[in-house]
Amino acid sequence: MNMLEFSLIVAAGSVVAGFLGALTGLGGGVVLVPMLTLVLGVDVRYAIGASLVSVIATSSGAAAAYVKEGITNIRIGMFLEIATTLGALAGATLATHISSSAISIVFGAVLIVSAFLSWKRPSRNQRDTEPDPLATKLRLNGSFREGDGIRSYNVRHVPLGWGLMFGAGTLSGLLGIGSGAMKVLAMDQAMKIPFKVSTTTSNFMIGVTAAASAGIYLSRGYIDPGLSMPVMLGVLAGSLLGTRILVKADPGWLRRVFSLVIVALGIEMLYKGISGRI
Amino acid sequence: MGGFDASRDRSWTDKRMERFIGNLLRGGVMASAFLVVIGAVVYLARHGDAPADYRAFRSEPADLRSVGGIFREALALRGRGIIQLGLLLLIATPVARVAFSIFGFAEEHDRLYVIVACLVLLILAGSLIGSAWPM
Repeated sequence: MNMLEFSLIVAAGSVVAGFLGALTGLGGGVVLVPMLTLVLGVDVRYAIGASLVSVIATSSGAAAAYVKEGITNIRIGMFLEIATTLGALAGATLATHISSSAISIVFGAVLIVSAFLSWKRPSRNQRDTEPDPLATKLRLNGSFREGDGIRSYNVRHVPLGWGLMFGAGTLSGLLGIGSGAMKVLAMDQAMKIPFKVSTTTSNFMIGVTAAASAGIYLSRGYIDPGLSMPVMLGVLAGSLLGTRILVKADPGWLRRVFSLVIVALGIEMLYKGISGRI
Repeated sequence: MGGFDASRDRSWTDKRMERFIGNLLRGGVMASAFLVVIGAVVYLARHGDAPADYRAFRSEPADLRSVGGIFREALALRGRGIIQLGLLLLIATPVARVAFSIFGFAEEHDRLYVIVACLVLLILAGSLIGSAWPM
């Protein structure tokens, strides 16, 4: 296969990955890395490098639109970015020290857990929580426009959320994914932040988190321009398309089908990793 | 203190900051995608028939791994250098967002978040500078 053919195939696959990632909210990386490694035989390190780059592109592109809507809580994002960027540094450093097989095993496990989480969401419990002293001190509580009114919310369990965010950052740096599912989990479930605020703020943080590990990836030679080019452009195009469709309809059935695909990919990554064939 | 006016003022600057950050992110992504497309055309026109081989990890040549090297390659109009410069711009986009937030929070006299944003910027800088000396 020559570079032109390879680029076209990778670009087409990346459009699909970006499209599905946007529709399900899991992000392009979770399909992209298995596709590159399992189908096209790309080394895991090149795959996570290209994936990380595409993660920055999609999250920044989407954040640009969300931020203007005023739902994103910039203070929550900024405060938790301390945790995610530190985690990302730890994860990216870890990635340079462990084998491809080990990365593949962790990736497989994360895929299966993410698929499980995407079945469960979204949680729509109306919560009227008491203000938490630490969250108040950090000015994390906020409000956003919903329908005709303004909805205020209080943030809870700040240390737990911070710890989970460090974990999300570590996975992001280790696997070259946005780990949006875990970020949303930390904010929505642990910190009791409204789902809409959690998803947009998670997306807002993904780019900065990924940028923290991108420096290490770049200097270690994980980011190959020939591979990253079709991946970045393809995922970006696919996710823009996916977001546009998502505004019109919430395709619940597609999310379910996609979860099953993710589980299958996860099992395959686990198998390849354990048998050392990657 | 004039609490009401202060909060009003804050929400107004918050809005302005949100708008600016939105434009900054969009601009960064678009400029980077543009550079990547240009680089792709140059690269594929010259090397489109080269065999694709990503099976074994060999790391990248030194010039595509450092900021200075990437600029040199891009200025020499090499396709891979131009693509890499586009990717570098992409990585810099969220970093610029954090740097800008420092000014935004300073304008709101929000000292706590000026410190938070500085801390995040410091960690990001640490990653980029620390990686300049490969371990």
